[in-house]
Amino acid sequence: MMRRMLCATLGVALMTGVASAQINVTGAGATFPNPMYSKWFNEYHKQFPNIQINYQPIGSGGGIKQVTEATVDFGASDGPMTDDQIKEFKVKRGTNILHFPTVLGADVPTYNIPGVTAELNFTPEALAGIFLGKITKWNDAAIAGPNPGVKLPASDIVVVHRSDGSGTTYVWTDYLSKVSPEWNAKVGKGTSVNWPVGLGGKGNEGVAGQVKLTQNSIGYVELIYAKQNKMSYGKVKNRSGAFIKAELASVSAAADGVTIPDDFRVSITDSPAKTAYPVSSFTWLLIPEEIKDKQKLKVIQDFLKWMLGPGQKMTETLDFAPLPAPVVAKETKALAKVH
Amino acid sequence: MASVSTPLAPLEAQPSPSFIKRLHAGDAVAHTITLIAASSIFLVTLLLVYYLWSESVLPRQKFGWNFIFTSVWDPVAGQFGALPFVFGTAVTAILALIISVPIGLGAAIFLAELAPRRISSYMTFLIELLAAVPSVIYGLLGITLLVPVLQSHVVPALKATLGFLPIFSGPFYGVSIFSASVVLAIMIVPFIVSVSREVLLAVPTEQREASLALGSTRWETTWKVVVPYASRGIYGSIFLALARALGETMAVTMVIGNTPRIQTSLLAPGYTIAAVIASEFTEATGDLYLQALIELGLVLFALTILINGIAQLLILATGPRLARS
Repeated sequence: MMRRMLCATLGVALMTGVASAQINVTGAGATFPNPMYSKWFNEYHKQFPNIQINYQPIGSGGGIKQVTEATVDFGASDGPMTDDQIKEFKVKRGTNILHFPTVLGADVPTYNIPGVTAELNFTPEALAGIFLGKITKWNDAAIAGPNPGVKLPASDIVVVHRSDGSGTTYVWTDYLSKVSPEWNAKVGKGTSVNWPVGLGGKGNEGVAGQVKLTQNSIGYVELIYAKQNKMSYGKVKNRSGAFIKAELASVSAAADGVTIPDDFRVSITDSPAKTAYPVSSFTWLLIPEEIKDKQKLKVIQDFLKWMLGPGQKMTETLDFAPLPAPVVAKETKALAKVH
Repeated sequence: MASVSTPLAPLEAQPSPSFIKRLHAGDAVAHTITLIAASSIFLVTLLLVYYLWSESVLPRQKFGWNFIFTSVWDPVAGQFGALPFVFGTAVTAILALIISVPIGLGAAIFLAELAPRRISSYMTFLIELLAAVPSVIYGLLGITLLVPVLQSHVVPALKATLGFLPIFSGPFYGVSIFSASVVLAIMIVPFIVSVSREVLLAVPTEQREASLALGSTRWETTWKVVVPYASRGIYGSIFLALARALGETMAVTMVIGNTPRIQTSLLAPGYTIAAVIASEFTEATGDLYLQALIELGLVLFALTILINGIAQLLILATGPRLARS
């Protein structure tokens, strides 16, 4: 009896000894998907207690830099890496970097017009005109046209944008660059741009706060931020001509209408899909193609598989849009490249 | 020490030569330690300048002096001009000083010279508490409390009375150079009060007694004897406040509107160097962009030295007159 108990205790002690050989994997990058990633890494750790994935939400730029410098095992970014950045990565690390879309997000226009409670319809031309500073009054025909029955004031429009570099700005300016040749030529796309007009607010909360504070203002925030703070926001006309409200389904649909290239570096703003919300985007994990540490390699491969399977089912509780099935299938195939 | 404390030691007993040597050795040790402490400051400053200089090679080569004298900041096109940030930094800091120096100095004089001891000590505690409040809290206060008050009361009054001045023209959106300056002023008053009060209290009582004995009133004594005596320390407190105002980041970025444009109106939004570095550094990609942000740090460093230098000169110019009166 005693001996058996002793054996059992020993056995348990041995097992915990094995389990406590913890494997730590570290990543850094985009702040926008951080709530999702935290939840995933947390759940994954609960299921596999010996695996600990740490994620530092330091911003996409920082994530790209740190994975290039090999100070973290993987990066994360709201915008795909540029050709130059990939070239630099190859020179420094001697291997390629792979992009894996994880979830989708969207930017929504939010506004504060006294006396207007309706959900406004925005055409791409109106949004570009407002943010270029060419449409300056709320009752301009470009805004009033698609909003029959809404009484818009003849007041000056106050534009609010992000002051900090962010993936949100990247998606917004990427969209405007696609729908407006003038925006593309004058401003372009980036995490920070030279805004023709407007006030800068720091973070989603800065933009939302400034819009709330300023009458007749318009700004853009992430869909998740708008949803979690129960803000109202406008619809945007997509390429097939429908005014679409950003919802998880319409955001996921944006990825459906676009041919996804093999390296997944694709912008899905202004998607041709009929039900797509046009200011949507992927966010990516950046994984080196060759991972020398075999333990870490296995953890990353297993996690990516898990993320594409059970992980995708957790997205909607956090208001992130899940990947459409064809993208999941394509990514599962691409996983084989990681070695 | 041992020989002195032994009561039975013969009077002629001198400390042994080796003991004196040891004392001198102690001197040398203290000298070395303090020297190391002092040179570490020098070293950190040097390292800082070296880092800022060596990490900003690209934009210095590409733009030269144009970096400071042009005003387009376009990360997409790779065009970087720092003038709007320099302007915003200098204007907010100076305006904050204009608001805070009279208030801070007045409070310090009251607390050190005129207030009953008990009130003075309570107030001093409060002021030191204010100096320790993190700047993000001031930023929150600024955006949620101060800006609405400015918007509903202060600015309409300003516009009604001084609206003809170009510096108070144009629309006011709440966030502006003016709002940032007011928040900064509130933040730096505690520094001025706390340090100035200490130096005023350190003025020897004989100075006051002599002045009162000559028939001066209490206020004359305070203003013409005590304050000039403490002037160096008071200037020191103002420099400290100025340094904080120039480098303040979080509170400013929350209320200034973050718009890199130079406008004559103080009610228009602006941007400061520290704020833009904090805002854009995390997402800055590309070497030129990153290095341009680091060069902004170098410019801020130079600007701090420049403004401090000008202030020192002002003191030299006004100092003797103050001392004579």
